[in-house]
Amino acid sequence: MDYLDQLEAESIYILREVAGQFENPALLFSGGKDSITLVHLALKAFRPGKFPFPLVHIDTGHNFPETIAYRDWLIDQIGEKLIVGYVQDSIDAGKVVEQKGKNASRNALQTVTLLDTIAENGFDACIGGARRDEEKARAKERVFSVRDEFGQWDPKRQRPELWNIFNGKINKGENVRVFPISNWTELDVWNYIKRENIQLPSIYFSHEREVITRNGQLMAAAPFLNIDEEDVIETKSVRFRTVGDMTCTAAVDSEATALDDIIAEIKASTVSERGARMDDKVSEAAMEDRKKQGYF
Amino acid sequence: MKILKFITAGSVDDGKSTLIGRLLYDTDSILDDQLEAIKKANRKNNDGTVDLAILTDGLKAEREQGITIDVAYKYFQTENRKFIIADAPGHIQYTRNMITGASNSDLIIILVDARKGVIEQTKRHSFLAKLLALKKVLICINKMDMVDYSQEVFETIKADYQVLAERLELKDVDFMPVSALKGDNIVNSSAHFDWYDGPSLLSYLETVEFDEVDDQAWRLPVQWVVRPQTDELHDYRGYAGRVVGNGLKVGDEVVILPSSVKSKIKRIELAGVDLEKAEDGQSVIVHLTDHVDISRGDTIVAAHDAGLVERNVEANICWFDNKALDTNQIYLFQNFGRTTKVKINEIIHKVDINNQEYKYGEPIALNDIGRVQIKAADDLSFDLYQDHQATGRGIIIDPRTNLTVAAVMIESVA
Repeated sequence: MDYLDQLEAESIYILREVAGQFENPALLFSGGKDSITLVHLALKAFRPGKFPFPLVHIDTGHNFPETIAYRDWLIDQIGEKLIVGYVQDSIDAGKVVEQKGKNASRNALQTVTLLDTIAENGFDACIGGARRDEEKARAKERVFSVRDEFGQWDPKRQRPELWNIFNGKINKGENVRVFPISNWTELDVWNYIKRENIQLPSIYFSHEREVITRNGQLMAAAPFLNIDEEDVIETKSVRFRTVGDMTCTAAVDSEATALDDIIAEIKASTVSERGARMDDKVSEAAMEDRKKQGYF
Repeated sequence: MKILKFITAGSVDDGKSTLIGRLLYDTDSILDDQLEAIKKANRKNNDGTVDLAILTDGLKAEREQGITIDVAYKYFQTENRKFIIADAPGHIQYTRNMITGASNSDLIIILVDARKGVIEQTKRHSFLAKLLALKKVLICINKMDMVDYSQEVFETIKADYQVLAERLELKDVDFMPVSALKGDNIVNSSAHFDWYDGPSLLSYLETVEFDEVDDQAWRLPVQWVVRPQTDELHDYRGYAGRVVGNGLKVGDEVVILPSSVKSKIKRIELAGVDLEKAEDGQSVIVHLTDHVDISRGDTIVAAHDAGLVERNVEANICWFDNKALDTNQIYLFQNFGRTTKVKINEIIHKVDINNQEYKYGEPIALNDIGRVQIKAADDLSFDLYQDHQATGRGIIIDPRTNLTVAAVMIESVA
């Protein structure tokens, strides 16, 4: 077994533990490469059977249209169930208030929609594509990460996680976030996507797009970005290295049209993947703070 | 290319996080924006260089206190290997976190401060390495810059440690002089160590190999039963699990534990591809020749070496909970997919982890290690930890809180 085989075998093992230990799990699907990789791993873990969980997408309403098209294509391909939670519904119900100002984003709001979707469907475990190499708070997270009934993560009271034995026992109201690709790096994911020939949304590859430069980052010129006369719209060859919604995901200048180009680009990069995420730049502990609230 | 998982241990001031920071920094694994964030946090060493320890201290509380509280996993890669580092706290009050990190490692790097030599903490960490049966111990004698890179200091500490290693029966130990702060002998060999002709830390990690235990009979703990129940796959019934040990192949005579029913391997699948044989660590689906009753928690094992099925065992345990072990309480024992009610009905002894002396008649509380007798409500199928680590271990869960309260390594049948 080479290292990708080792990573794959471990992730499949974790997915099967979720299936075996929980009554009502779900796989959180964002349309990004990490959750697409999870779906691929789930196919390997459970086929020819059905997935023992639905896919759940939290739709901020500010997604890249390519992501939504890809999501619907994928669901059609694999024939599994999709549940969508809409941030717009949380806004309409008055549960959250939309941010104001030029840099307003629904990134923080989606935590509320996520927690509501978990509660409504009674999910006891949610599988996510977070990796420990992404961010320093994530480096601390367990594979089975228990959240209290308010969805909160308490980094100081994490359960010891020994060997490959995962304790999925929870109290009523609690749920577990499970991260099967915890031990993968960004480069591992790309190498695996290439090896397995996994289809990705087109925005991961270089394309011509109208962008504006904001806070030193290239942002897709989408209507939700509150574009005004100060913003200069340019057309550039760009791609996205990480895919959140359009308000918080920056593009990078790139001519990479094939997986090999992308892998070469990542190897040569001097900026981390989350360097293109505005949501992480709020403060030193931006991720830790959001995770404590219930974010991934 | 295989993955190497290792843990670094040392006390608060031994420069453990600095060593990891240095490994990451000198292998270009730290990117500009991460470095920028570190500079912004403005934590400096006394000599004005950037404090690399901050890279591994991922939590606010850790950065505030300047110590590592919980295990952080770090990743880096060279042409030759992918590495997973468990950066664990060294302080005695975080022993449980260190055991967590060590349980997911093949190798342990124990840092020794060249000015202090072998101290209580070194002994404690070495004992834990022995207890968990890690495959290799690397003693990095650090802060050599503070002792003028003296060979004599290095040799004295090495000799001291060898006495300890002998007492603990640690077999596979290597030694290396470094200065994590200055980067001496971390990635490149250093001119300061003209008396040392061994590898640098990185080249050691890139090339270190472990003795493979290839005579280990295979076991397949069943995690999940795949049953599509569609028209075309009406009779499909596959048992999914991750193989432990070697030699699983089509045609093998098997026994299902704990029921002891016999059958034969009809087919092995790896993600839809048929295999003639499977190797250690592969996540597969197997089919048997007979229709037998198998569910999650059962183990399919080689008939010629089926392991043990008993209700009473003796085990070493590490206690993680604030509430002390209660010999009257019912706990749950979880090993590979099976959860069984147990009582830990006798504390045989407790080990003073600083000097490894046995203590009798004392309770086992948070961070304590001891030998106990466990009585299970049903048959347990297992191996002894020294024979087959993967099937000789488990965890104890307190059913009242659902917390993981202990790590268990089965040492003998009681």
